[in-house]
Amino acid sequence: MSENDFILRAEGLYKSYRMGAADVSVLKGVDLAVKKGEFIAIVGASGSGKSTLLHILGALDRPDKGVVKFEGRDLSRISYSELNKFRNKMVGFVFQFYHLLDELSVLENVFLPTMAGKSILGWLACRRLAKNRAGELLGQLGLGQRANHKPFQLSGGERQRTAIARALMNEPRLLLADEPTGNLDSATGNGILKVFEELNRAGQTIVMVTHDERIAQRAGRIITLTDGKIM
Amino acid sequence: MYKIILAFRYLFRKRISYLAFLAVALCVFIVVVVMTVMTGLVTDFKQKNHSFVGDCVIGTESLVGFAYYEDFMKILERADFIEGVSAVIKSYALISPGGTERSIGVEIMGIEPVRHSQVTGFGKTLHYRRDDVSKAFEPIYDPNLAGCVVGIDLWLTRDVKGEYAYGAAPAKTSLTVSCFPLTAKGALAKAGTGMVNTKTFYYSDTSHSGLARVDSSLVYLPFEQAQLLCGMAGPDKRVNAIHIKFKPNVGLENGCKKVALLWQRFAEEKGGEKKAGLLEKVTVQSWKDYRRAFIAPMEKEQTMMIAMFVLVGVTTVFIIFVVFYMIISHKSKDIGILKSIGVSSVNIIELFAGFAFLMGLLGSCLGLFAGWLFLLKMNRIENWLFEHFKFQLWDRTIYAIGDIPNAVDLKVLTGIMLSAIVTCLVGALIPSWQAARLKPVETLQVSQL
Repeated sequence: MSENDFILRAEGLYKSYRMGAADVSVLKGVDLAVKKGEFIAIVGASGSGKSTLLHILGALDRPDKGVVKFEGRDLSRISYSELNKFRNKMVGFVFQFYHLLDELSVLENVFLPTMAGKSILGWLACRRLAKNRAGELLGQLGLGQRANHKPFQLSGGERQRTAIARALMNEPRLLLADEPTGNLDSATGNGILKVFEELNRAGQTIVMVTHDERIAQRAGRIITLTDGKIM
Repeated sequence: MYKIILAFRYLFRKRISYLAFLAVALCVFIVVVVMTVMTGLVTDFKQKNHSFVGDCVIGTESLVGFAYYEDFMKILERADFIEGVSAVIKSYALISPGGTERSIGVEIMGIEPVRHSQVTGFGKTLHYRRDDVSKAFEPIYDPNLAGCVVGIDLWLTRDVKGEYAYGAAPAKTSLTVSCFPLTAKGALAKAGTGMVNTKTFYYSDTSHSGLARVDSSLVYLPFEQAQLLCGMAGPDKRVNAIHIKFKPNVGLENGCKKVALLWQRFAEEKGGEKKAGLLEKVTVQSWKDYRRAFIAPMEKEQTMMIAMFVLVGVTTVFIIFVVFYMIISHKSKDIGILKSIGVSSVNIIELFAGFAFLMGLLGSCLGLFAGWLFLLKMNRIENWLFEHFKFQLWDRTIYAIGDIPNAVDLKVLTGIMLSAIVTCLVGALIPSWQAARLKPVETLQVSQL
């Protein structure tokens, strides 16, 4: 298997947090490789470091030690502005609590990443295309009629689908999902997982964090994180 | 673009934003009203002083005055930058209104009314002879009598609305004016004899300059009569001052410099003359310097007022700081979300700076509009309060101020608006910077929600 087959490689990741007077080690030498088009579930007990690992993989956080390479590029060696571009274009995040902006409509939340990645003039030039794409994504996720609603007017499942649409807006190479069904009932959670499966079938690389083994079974590969290490 | 959209949404969809917005508007309103009134009072006072004096004064504080003034007036009249000159006698006297035993200490000013009106606003201060200043010293009831123009507050009182009760024509009243004539050396001219010069004048008009001190203590007399009374007539006639008005296109400082140069040359030429010593104490001053003792305290009050409003500004900065701190504390999740989709720290600062700018702009617009509206109706409101509750900002029977100044100065408004915006930006600076420093993982953690 060649290096080009991997979209993401993590080598020897260490991360600790300060809690009061003590340092708590969360990651203790994690190695991970994600192939293009893979659907990986990272499972582990609460506090095992799953979310921390996901944040480091998505460049939301930096490891104390170790390297994360995205398509061969070491993320610790790129500038802040390139890191922002990376988060804007290369990865899409889906969080447990949806994290939508309350002040924006559903449609605005979806096209926000495109708007954030452009200057005013750049946005004015592409806004019609972006709005169309956001509308299409909402339509595909069954939210066509909810485009002008505010997040608080949606159900939990609808909010999560909106968050997925937002994550997919800039066609990222990697989708990172942190407990995407953790706040939903099983039927709604199942619907979200179906969306992920469909996306993966279409070629989308997905790394999902969950504490639920049954949900993890829906992924193509399961990685278990125990006490800061991959077992 | 998202920064503009979010800044607007944060402003209009958060109740706490409305509070900050209203705090800005209220501060701007107070500053606009007080600054307009204060600036109006100072400007009005300066204009009245300018009108009373003319542009420039060549004079001496000595009651003896200076000689050779006629020669210098000819030089001034030939100068291309001068519109008019007026020689003035100034001294102190006792006046006794006819039929009373009363004596009042006053200042007297001897002027040629037409010349003086060309240089100052004297003509406009008259009541009965405003349209024909040449007759200022001719009483309507008998033009052959020697007239005098009396400061209005020496003669009439103001009613509660600040109006003077003028008669249809001046009442025939005599005024006996007594003063001590001085020699060119400053000695009493009539020492050992009667000491004082006394002459009876008749009330011909009143002068209302709007300057309380002038209107309550000054009596204008015909120039020659005043010169005689003060002992300044004779072969080397003397005056106390020459008031000058420059042509419209001549700047005050430039004009005064030119006059000073002319005076210097003139004084040098007259150096060998008998009374040249009197010329040494003569100074050339602009109207601002000449009336400095009166204007400076008001300017000082205005400066103190501005200093107080700087404190109001500091309070506003603190209010904005607190509001932004609270808003940003509530919006830490949004900051995390924005950073997770690639928004930079600089963009976060720009977002909240835009929010602060909008708050400053809209808050100051509302404050300016409310202030302008209040100023527009302020005198009406005061009249209404007086009619219904007998409330006045100041007692019109005492103070020489009529309406409350309410002319809005665009420069002042622009300054206040810019200050409000800068104040909001300063208040938002630290919270915005803190927001920009937030790490997305810290704000998006479940434990932070």
